[in-house]
Amino acid sequence: MTAAFFDIDSIISDPQTKIIICCGAGGVGKTTTSAAVAVRAAEAGRKVVVLTIDPARRLAQSLGVGELGNTPRPVPGLEKTNGGSLDAMMLDMKRTFDDVVIAHAPPDKAAAMLQNPFYDALSSSFSGTQEYMAMEKLGQLHHQAQANGSWDLIVVDTPPARSALDFLDAPEHLSDLLDGPFIRLLLGTARGPLRLMSAGFHVASSAMTKLLGGQLLRDIQTFVTAFETLFGGFRQRAAETLALLSSTHTTFLVVSTPQRDALREAAYFVDRLTEEQMPLSGLVINRVHASQLKVSAERALAIAEDLDPHAAAVEIEALRRHAALERAIDQERLLLDRFSAARPAVPRTLVATLASDVTDLEALRRVGVLLADKD
Amino acid sequence: MPPRHRLHIVSGKGGAGKTTIAGALACALATRGRRILLCEVEGRQGIAELFGVDRLGHAAEPRICRTPSGGIVHGLSMDAEDALLEYLDTFYHLRFAARALDRFGAVDFATSVAPGLRDVLLTGKVYEAVRRSDKKHPNAYDAVVLDAPPTGRIAKFLNVHAAVAGLARIGPIHGQADSIMRLLRSTGAAVHLVTLLEDMPVTETEEAVAALRPTGISVETVIENKVITTPLDDNQLQRASTGTTMLQVRGLTDQQNRLLTVEFADEAARTLQHRERHLRLTSLGVPLAEIALDPAGMDQAALFTIAEQLREQIELEAGP
Repeated sequence: MTAAFFDIDSIISDPQTKIIICCGAGGVGKTTTSAAVAVRAAEAGRKVVVLTIDPARRLAQSLGVGELGNTPRPVPGLEKTNGGSLDAMMLDMKRTFDDVVIAHAPPDKAAAMLQNPFYDALSSSFSGTQEYMAMEKLGQLHHQAQANGSWDLIVVDTPPARSALDFLDAPEHLSDLLDGPFIRLLLGTARGPLRLMSAGFHVASSAMTKLLGGQLLRDIQTFVTAFETLFGGFRQRAAETLALLSSTHTTFLVVSTPQRDALREAAYFVDRLTEEQMPLSGLVINRVHASQLKVSAERALAIAEDLDPHAAAVEIEALRRHAALERAIDQERLLLDRFSAARPAVPRTLVATLASDVTDLEALRRVGVLLADKD
Repeated sequence: MPPRHRLHIVSGKGGAGKTTIAGALACALATRGRRILLCEVEGRQGIAELFGVDRLGHAAEPRICRTPSGGIVHGLSMDAEDALLEYLDTFYHLRFAARALDRFGAVDFATSVAPGLRDVLLTGKVYEAVRRSDKKHPNAYDAVVLDAPPTGRIAKFLNVHAAVAGLARIGPIHGQADSIMRLLRSTGAAVHLVTLLEDMPVTETEEAVAALRPTGISVETVIENKVITTPLDDNQLQRASTGTTMLQVRGLTDQQNRLLTVEFADEAARTLQHRERHLRLTSLGVPLAEIALDPAGMDQAALFTIAEQLREQIELEAGP
């Protein structure tokens, strides 16, 4: 059972593709894949911006995105003969949130909000904020792209989600949280049946006070009061971004490695995207082992056994390694076949494991070639 | 005789094999007649998958494995919301109110908005499991192994004091933080960081060690996972990595020998890089343990093999 080949070049060259989202478990090379896709698209002539979340330091340096800056900057060293361009940025979640507040709240309220201790906590450590802000930034980049045509393709690297697809759920979670019944009770704005619950609420609220402390609850009340004017905007934009994500202009790549754990997560992503009717274009399998040498593990080990352990130490080691490689290849093939048998509609591309870390533009180009090559 | 540490916390970069090592460590501790609890915090059901058992619940602690050395491992998948409801019930007898709170979305609210509340609830739950043996609780364990959040978040997760700083100054959660912190800083608890000998995981391990230092929680071991062992020395590897000296294996054709030479050049280069990273980890001044790569993949036999390697390299038993 062989899965269909996933052709990244056909996705890149289709002008209708405006957004590519790379998702997958942590540690599977998601950021590298996003960057490689972005570089390949840009050198093929697309005007690309890549939004990375938490790149390894040296990859960030090679893309020209350091610690600073919450806005896209040109990537140095790009081949521009096809008329493309590449900007890169790293998400700064707190600054993105601050910008939203400053842009949408009245000036006097904005200042008060930015100083609120609860806001500080929410914008820097709330578990869903990073995902939410990644979506917010994506919305912003999309608007900017439409307004001034500076980009025609946005490539997004998703946050290392605690659970798969948190970034799809985060906007809803945050708005539910800030506009949910509990907040309305806290504010005393509950109406209808909720109003009748207020006796129970006193018990609830006093338990919360015991747990969270009166000061935190007061901060939350102040914050939410100030935040109310923003609710509409937040909800609306979250809804818009979700609509954008399920449109024909967006496509999702699920990134994995041929390991059991990573494939289990990938299966979850694939199923969830299918269930939500999100446009999934294919599966990228990174770090796939391969060998040109067609000698089985058993034969390699048998040959090694007949060699003189002293005189041929290097040869024996080379054969032993080859045997281990052959076994890894078999194991990976088995896992990948099983995955594809259960999900035959998902095309895939295999990216061979590299001898060294991907830390510069040249290496990203090589990854791009491996992505695009028919396996 | 009880084990040397009552709580083992296992962290590592995603993909480094953190859950596998945590599972193997639980098996290594589960010697004759011992009961060990293995818990996970992120609801990924990694434990159930590793041991090939049904999904773990938030409350039950079913037996998931009987080890060849005659011990038993139990499994638990912890959840912050459940832990909060449990707290409210235990400390305030708010069973009814807790349910009302849940309906209002208050539980979700509290665990979401109060920074660190989620973490302190989870560490609190682990602490409770560790403490059962002091209280002669019928459901006590000889040791608890925690499959903790990844290295990027571990210092924040374990720094319970910082987690409760934003919460009410009185109340059971705040009160418990001191006791949890005392346990984490004592020899009763041991933190293990799992890494591969790749650049990013090693960098993250260095960062985690540095981030944990100010909290007073020390790292017991750095566990190098999936290590490829070779009898060759640096010079032999160096020469092989250039790929210029053709390997001459009798029984292979010239073409096959050429391919083998090229393939082994990459392998040798990678091994040299691994040796460099091993040196980087050595300079952390934390004891290292090595788990060999098992090319056959992960199953229960492989898990017990890893458990055996851990037992040989990490001091799990109390001294005489």
